[in-house]
Amino acid sequence: MTLKKLLTAGALTAAMATQSFAGTLVINSNQSDPAPKKAWAEMIAQFEAENPDITVKVNEYDHEGYKSAIRNWLVTSPPDIVYWFAGNRMKYFVDRGLFDDVSDVWESEGLSDSMSSTKASMTVDGKQYGVPYSYYQWGIYYNKNLFDEYGLSEPKTWDEFLAVCETLKSNGVTPITIGTKYLWTAAGWFDYLNMRTNGLKYHINLMDGKIPYTDAGVRKTFANWRQLIDGGYFLENHASYSWQEAQPPMFNGEAAMYLMGNFLTPNFPDNIEFDFFQFPVIDPSVGMFEDAPTDTVHIPARAKNKTDARRFLAFISSPENQTKVNQVLNQLPPNKNAKSADNKFLNQGNVMLGAADGTAQFYDRDTDPAMASEGMKGFQEFMVNPDRLDKILENLERVRQRVFR
Amino acid sequence: MNQSLRNANNKKASTMQSNNTQNMSDKATPWLFMAPAMIFFAVYVLYPIIQSILMSFYQWDGIGEKVFIGFQNYVDLYYDPQFWTSLTNNFLWLIFYMLAVPFGLGIALFLNQQVLGIRAVKSLFFFPFVISQVIVGIVFAWFYDPGYGLLQDILALFGLGPMPVLADETLVTYGIIAAGLWPQVAYTMILFLTGLNNLNPEQIEAAKMDGAKGWTMLWNVILPQLRPATFIAIVVTVIGALRSFDLVASMTAGGPYGSSSVLAFFMYEQAIFNYRMGYGAAIATVLFLIMLIYIAFFLWRMLKDERG
Repeated sequence: MTLKKLLTAGALTAAMATQSFAGTLVINSNQSDPAPKKAWAEMIAQFEAENPDITVKVNEYDHEGYKSAIRNWLVTSPPDIVYWFAGNRMKYFVDRGLFDDVSDVWESEGLSDSMSSTKASMTVDGKQYGVPYSYYQWGIYYNKNLFDEYGLSEPKTWDEFLAVCETLKSNGVTPITIGTKYLWTAAGWFDYLNMRTNGLKYHINLMDGKIPYTDAGVRKTFANWRQLIDGGYFLENHASYSWQEAQPPMFNGEAAMYLMGNFLTPNFPDNIEFDFFQFPVIDPSVGMFEDAPTDTVHIPARAKNKTDARRFLAFISSPENQTKVNQVLNQLPPNKNAKSADNKFLNQGNVMLGAADGTAQFYDRDTDPAMASEGMKGFQEFMVNPDRLDKILENLERVRQRVFR
Repeated sequence: MNQSLRNANNKKASTMQSNNTQNMSDKATPWLFMAPAMIFFAVYVLYPIIQSILMSFYQWDGIGEKVFIGFQNYVDLYYDPQFWTSLTNNFLWLIFYMLAVPFGLGIALFLNQQVLGIRAVKSLFFFPFVISQVIVGIVFAWFYDPGYGLLQDILALFGLGPMPVLADETLVTYGIIAAGLWPQVAYTMILFLTGLNNLNPEQIEAAKMDGAKGWTMLWNVILPQLRPATFIAIVVTVIGALRSFDLVASMTAGGPYGSSSVLAFFMYEQAIFNYRMGYGAAIATVLFLIMLIYIAFFLWRMLKDERG
């Protein structure tokens, strides 16, 4: 009798202990925009239903604030799961020993095969430090009504692209809309022009600070860019607008094209037809490389509940769950066995990225933050005052030497 | 020992002691009273200043190792065109922000009348001072917008094309200062209105009898009496100009390409977005030195006034 009592009491306390010890999974999230928020609320509810022994606690941050906040709690008291970005942004924390090696999850879930396309961007020194859940394409979105009106077709080469711009311009339509107030939109143009002019290897070496900004290759990129600026093809006063404020001209027929990520497409109004084409070839001897920013989840090195965090990583990497979350996010699943939502933009993106010769993340994700902020300022200044190119490149070169010394 | 002797001894001892304690407490009391303030001053003012100056000799990204690099941050500052742009803008702010003082005085004189409903008018003039700087920034950003901004409609009346004030590197700083003047004028106006309430009516009466009016009255009788208010107005305006951060951050984020940045924003940008804590600390030190000139002047003025 007493023995039985003791045993039950012991079992009860043991159960309670494990529950409170291993049961809470703390997630810090930057997914605070409406669509991501909805997507993740559903995913986390499902995760909790499948794992009744785990209680998930989510702390939400706004996108920009998250970038500085993460640096504070990664070194002090980190959560069990953080959202972050692949490539150089991830490597920064890996180099400082702040992310946990999760190669075991890649091994047990067979991700090396199913996520082969993004594996390189998650790998540092042969080990994987996180799991990607979503990525999306960049390219040129355009107002199809305008293209039809002026008998234009999707340009494949740089000369065709310039001809399209010229036709639009001569008909009083702004060929390219852009809002450079927050700088990064200009970096999209730099990425593509540089990758199409000099190729991915050169681009990544430049991002890693191994090539000077005053190099002849970089100058060639800017010379191509200058053709568009001198032609007057970009939206006027673009430095006054955010990327959202640059949309209306395209939606009301004053501007035709927009180099942007796929997150632009939910904003398209229904009454006009929009379509997408791949950034045109500049040098036929250079492969077709694309920007495909990848969003990821990681386990901080000092997380308390790494066991359950690994279960979450496995959960989020499965084809079914990647399908689900990307349906709502309107983005592409990195797992090749998952299905993306069936719309014409994602379908084209899927084909384009599947055939790409290689991918980059994005300028401000690929290079050092201090380099990125100066670089993007330089791009904006160049778009407004192309004559200052020499001064701008000299300044960027000085920054490069300091940042990568 | 008998009782009386003991008492006498006690008394002697206690007088001696009380003399001692009195001396001691004469010295200690002021320190005791000052101690809380001094401790807080040391912890929240002196220590951060010293820490910040020390940090400016290091290269530190906020989470990794601190590397001592001597004066390298200051050398980098010297060669950084962004630093010189920010410094120039800081001086532009100091100069043009001062317009708030005469404007505030003018409006205060105008509002200092005994007319029906003047209180309501006064409160309307207070209004821009009440709303937050960030809101002022957003309102003015809309006002300047080249697409739908009110400014463009006004310019169109004079047959002028759209002027993208906040995207033009030559105009942008003036555009932001103009936005900053709006609440600052209201602030100095309040100070002058209070000053005007405390004018000595006898002096004004006497001046009137001597035939002073108009400019003579203002210059020789009113303004000298407003000296304390003017002094405070200048002080708060200088401080406002030096810490002009919220407007720059909310209206342009230093853009286009850094041409509207000021030292305070430059520091924030380098430390928080570019993860260069040491460099940010070096900028803070420079800003501190500029303020030090002004603080020294302020102290010198105060001591001179106290000595009469």
